[in-house]
Amino acid sequence: MKKIQSLEDLKKFREQIIEEKRRKASAGKVELIVTLGSCGIAAGALDVLQAVKAQVKADHLDGAVVSETGCIGLCHHEPILEVVIGDQPKVTYGRVTVDAVKRIVREHVLDGKVVEDYVIDATPFPTI
Amino acid sequence: MKIIRSMVLVSADDESLARGAQDVFHAFLEEIDEFGLSDQITVTTIRDAGMHGEKPTVIVYPDAAVYGPVTVEDVHTIVEEHLHKGNIVPGLLAMMREMAPEIGWMRGRRGALPVQKRIVLERAGVVNPASIEDYILYDGYQALGKALTKMTPAEVIAEVEKSGLQGRGGAGFPTGRKWSFVAATPGSPKYVICNADESEPGTFKDRLIIEGDPFSIIEAMTIAGYAINAHEGFIYIRGEYPLAYKRIEHAIAEAEKHGMLGEHIFGTDFSFHIHPHAGAGAYICGEETALIESLEGKRGMPRARPPYPTTYGLYGKPTVVNNVETLASMPAIIRNGAMWYREVGSPKSTGTKVYTILGNVNFTGVIEAPMGITLREVIDIYGKGMKNDKALKLVQTGGSSGTIVPASLQDTPLDFDAFRNAGVSLGSGALLVCDEDTCVVDLAKVILRFFRNECCGKCTPCRIGTLRLYEIISQISEGRGSLDDFDLMQKISEAMSEVSNCGLGQTAATALRDILKYFRAEVEAHIVDHVCPTGVCPIKELAAVA
Ligand SMILES: Cc1cc2nc3c(=O)[nH]c(=O)nc-3n(C[C@H](O)[C@H](O)[C@H](O)COP(=O)(O)O)c2cc1C
Repeated sequence: MKKIQSLEDLKKFREQIIEEKRRKASAGKVELIVTLGSCGIAAGALDVLQAVKAQVKADHLDGAVVSETGCIGLCHHEPILEVVIGDQPKVTYGRVTVDAVKRIVREHVLDGKVVEDYVIDATPFPTI
Repeated sequence: MKIIRSMVLVSADDESLARGAQDVFHAFLEEIDEFGLSDQITVTTIRDAGMHGEKPTVIVYPDAAVYGPVTVEDVHTIVEEHLHKGNIVPGLLAMMREMAPEIGWMRGRRGALPVQKRIVLERAGVVNPASIEDYILYDGYQALGKALTKMTPAEVIAEVEKSGLQGRGGAGFPTGRKWSFVAATPGSPKYVICNADESEPGTFKDRLIIEGDPFSIIEAMTIAGYAINAHEGFIYIRGEYPLAYKRIEHAIAEAEKHGMLGEHIFGTDFSFHIHPHAGAGAYICGEETALIESLEGKRGMPRARPPYPTTYGLYGKPTVVNNVETLASMPAIIRNGAMWYREVGSPKSTGTKVYTILGNVNFTGVIEAPMGITLREVIDIYGKGMKNDKALKLVQTGGSSGTIVPASLQDTPLDFDAFRNAGVSLGSGALLVCDEDTCVVDLAKVILRFFRNECCGKCTPCRIGTLRLYEIISQISEGRGSLDDFDLMQKISEAMSEVSNCGLGQTAATALRDILKYFRAEVEAHIVDHVCPTGVCPIKELAAVA
């Protein structure tokens, strides 16, 4: 890794990252994101993460990326799983169980039908 | 469950009532029903909106639009245009110059960023905390680059001062001024410390920030180091936060690999190193001088002050100690400029504040909101209302060392200034919401037990005071108190707040003092009638034994 030496370098590096993201999004990349803050982990997010990885493997979703992020402030909804497919808007699922993971992967990722039973309003903010 | 989207407050003081506030109130109920919005909008009366000559006054949250004087005929327009379509009706707004100082803060809110704007939590829960690429994608390191290559240290400090940022660790000290003190103090080396001890009960905002966005803290500390000419920084992380520690460690390594930390940052001559340090689970080590002692390998006990850490800090050198949230606000300020930051919040308390909401509300968790929102908004809009539709009794703000705000004061804006005037502390940003089933004696007992356990024992008023107060309140809760206890508790808490060595002893009795002020009758019931009005305290069984 070459070190960033100037603001110009930073800008170039950032453009590379954007390019990469765009390429993946237009290829219809599937991203499954588990929120792994302490609150999520306490609620069982690590089990959910395991289940997601296992399900992705079981269903041969080779292009899917399983990643993690921090707490989004909705601690009472943990464990939370977010699904991003290509450039479609992100769908946030709350109180996800190991059993729910299977449904979400099968119905949402494979069949394109959002699993309404687990969808939560991801903005704790009033939207006016 | 009802989701409240918006709130309408109608002033109902004598003058407003004489001018038809009651009809206006009912007109709102009818019109809102007409538009089918009853499930999303509450209409409440408040005593006085502080407007003179503009009554009746109507405040609509969360936009904080102030209408006045409002007539029954205006109601239809406000409901249709504002509540239904979402457009503020400029023609009906109250004249702002008529506004009393108590709500002068609203001027600052108008036209400000939308309520849902995040500054501190911009990236938390959005990016992968382990990925420096994600951080850079979301504008990471632009601030450091700008500071190092385009600004002098003095300019960085001036920008922070201009932003009006106040410390988020509890005391609310202006951050820019703190930095300028350290920069001006002779002595070398100087140090930057990030206070991530966060042991105030009910507070977990710093954990969320570090776990979700560790790079922002690293970037901010590096900026601080550049501003005060320090080359070393320490992050003191609460021992119970192993995940935060791991993420910070990883972030430090990544930043070093990319030339954003270590030697010759951004290709300049500036170098900076950061060392994480795990605490061992003592509340007192959040106090900055105890934290410094602990970092030096000694027992965590507060020093006598002055000298303050700005002149005599780590290893006796000038040191900046800043809270995690304070630092997390920094990159955005440098990146976008002080004036951008000042547009958010109220004029004297700028920016946003991260709150942890807990207790008897439907939504518990972490929110970020502009300075100056009111408790009523926090509870009804962000907290999505009280659990089981119970009535609000009180809110404890700022964690265990914070103040008790009774339901009648829930329209006080949450900012440093208004709170100071109302004798309330914003503290760490924890908001413990308690409903009508809460017993104040029981609450005081829980709080005092905490301080009895966490007192470090260095100074007498705190060591003896926290123990005695806990004993007295325990007796009251068992129905064995006496009326003399009021004077005794008063005396002890006054002595503690006046002569304790550090903030722990000075604030340990804050909640008790407020409880005696606002809920004296309820405490008296325990003592005189041997009754706990909410049925929480174990009086009966013990009275029978005695
Ligand atoms: C008993 C006690 C505990 C404290 N605990 C913390 C804490 O956990 N985190 C924190 O940032 N500040 C805590 N403080 C405040 C710090 O002493 C200090 O004021 C703060 O770190 C300064 O940072 P700021 O200017 O960014 O707010 C505590 C103070 C006292 C008296």
